Amino acid sequence: MNVLNFVNAFFSDASHWQGYDGIPQRFWEHVQYSVLALALATAIGLPVGLLTGHTGRGGNALAFIANAARALPSFGLLVLAVLLIGFGLLPVMIPLVVLAIPPILVTTYEAVRSVDPAPVDAARGMGMHESRILFQVEVPVALPLILSGLRSAAIQIVSTATIAAYVSLGGLGRYIIDGLYQRDYEKVVGGATLVAVLALATLALFWAAGRLAVSPGVRRR
Amino acid sequence: MIRFDSVTKRYPDGTVAVDRLSLEIPDRSITVLVGPSGCGKTTTLRMINRMVEPTEGTILLDGEDSRKQPVTTLRRSMGYVIQNAGLFQHRTIVDNIATVPRMLGWGKQRARERAAELMERVGLDTSLAKRYPYQLSGGQQQRVGVARALAADPPVLLMDEPFSAVDPVVRKGLQDELLRIQDELGKTIVFVTHDIDEAIKLGTMVAVLREGGRLAQYAPPAELLSGPADGFVEDFLGADRGIRRLSFFPSTALELTTDAVVPADAPAARIAAVEAPYLLVTGPDGRPLGWAERDALTAGDVPAERLLPYGRPFVPGTDSLRVALDCAVLSPTGWAVAVDDDGRVTGVVSQQTIGEAIRAAHTAGRADGEKVAG
Repeated sequence: MNVLNFVNAFFSDASHWQGYDGIPQRFWEHVQYSVLALALATAIGLPVGLLTGHTGRGGNALAFIANAARALPSFGLLVLAVLLIGFGLLPVMIPLVVLAIPPILVTTYEAVRSVDPAPVDAARGMGMHESRILFQVEVPVALPLILSGLRSAAIQIVSTATIAAYVSLGGLGRYIIDGLYQRDYEKVVGGATLVAVLALATLALFWAAGRLAVSPGVRRR
Repeated sequence: MIRFDSVTKRYPDGTVAVDRLSLEIPDRSITVLVGPSGCGKTTTLRMINRMVEPTEGTILLDGEDSRKQPVTTLRRSMGYVIQNAGLFQHRTIVDNIATVPRMLGWGKQRARERAAELMERVGLDTSLAKRYPYQLSGGQQQRVGVARALAADPPVLLMDEPFSAVDPVVRKGLQDELLRIQDELGKTIVFVTHDIDEAIKLGTMVAVLREGGRLAQYAPPAELLSGPADGFVEDFLGADRGIRRLSFFPSTALELTTDAVVPADAPAARIAAVEAPYLLVTGPDGRPLGWAERDALTAGDVPAERLLPYGRPFVPGTDSLRVALDCAVLSPTGWAVAVDDDGRVTGVVSQQTIGEAIRAAHTAGRADGEKVAG
């Protein structure tokens, strides 16, 4: 039996599509974990990146912290968080958020910092307030790069959120972990396929967001 | 009026960008700050709208210290044009121009109408309104930059090397356009450039700055060319300042002669009566056709292709002595051809006569200078 047969068997089994362990339920849980983690990471990373990028200060410190955060193993962090806090949603969110902040923060910083200084100078010279310069001059031009940071953070979260299943939570990781324990490889492959589908859907979502939000003058077509 | 009162800008590392500068910038005229790189001309400009804060001294706007009003209010009362225009690439042309009116709280419709009006004023086709900056040429972008600065009708316009990044032909067009706009609007314009020719062409007053931010000379361009204050200014003006000064003398007073001008169908007796060795042949509409040797012409018709080219004609009253002299120098016979606004020949004038007119103009200029000085 090859992988495609596994996939086919998993998805054609009607019992996999209903109940608390059904595909819609697990998929929905996975989306919820991912959206929550991305929202938290964005709430922290985006403002800091925008501010440091606009002022041009703190770039070195930022790069240091981001690299340090990247070096942390998500699984180790999860185990540590569970030991310290106990089971629940919070210890799962900690590694996911820590994972997602660096790409958001560093990309946003770089995106804003590398905006052409001439329009910024022009805006300041015509009496625009600093906050308006950031949101009406710099961000619209930096938006494609900022979105790419958010996108890679989102993809990493989606693929890593499977670890929630290790600490008795749901999500698509359930299929992979349970499948491994039960030596049910059909389940493992099915779960992995669903994670890949969700990652691709995330990519499509960000592509659409870019088409909608980025000005044609910046996209240049 | 903008007045610099002993203004110094010193940076924390000790460099002095502007050194005790005192300057009075008259209203409703173009004042050009010119000098080599590192002379503090841009810093001087940027101190007017407080993009740079002076270390010492004060800048007075109509007698008021510029630091008395909030910095954003100050900046919104002054248009600001920079090199490469600095347009907002995510906004359409019309929205770029409407930026300041929108900041001042105008409604969207009114701001856009005003923007369309300004596009026409700076010579941009309104069909470009919905385009984005990347779809425009460098010269067009710079026009948008000027329109954006004029949008809220500020009394003052600050221009920092606005035309440096475009090619010479486009630059000349932009300069002519600026002079035309200035004729219509009468703004107080402070213009920074490193190009002395641009300074002389545009400036009502020209401030020449030298390295270390010191004022070398502040004078109207004609005066700058006739009497540079020192060796630095003289060097900076370049080699042919005598010739360039001729731009400020009109060619109206040139004595034209029509003796040597003959229609193509003139009788032989008329041609034989001319004393000059060359004759300017004109067509039936009075426009010049070219020069012909008198002796060749008396012998019969000279076919059009054997006529000598007459070069470029000048228009007395519109063109300066410099243009007249240039026409004479370019003409193969050494005579310049004068035409009226419709291109009909009004006469010809020799290099020698132009030379006399130059000497006369210089004498009159000196007499004027003495009167002013006395």
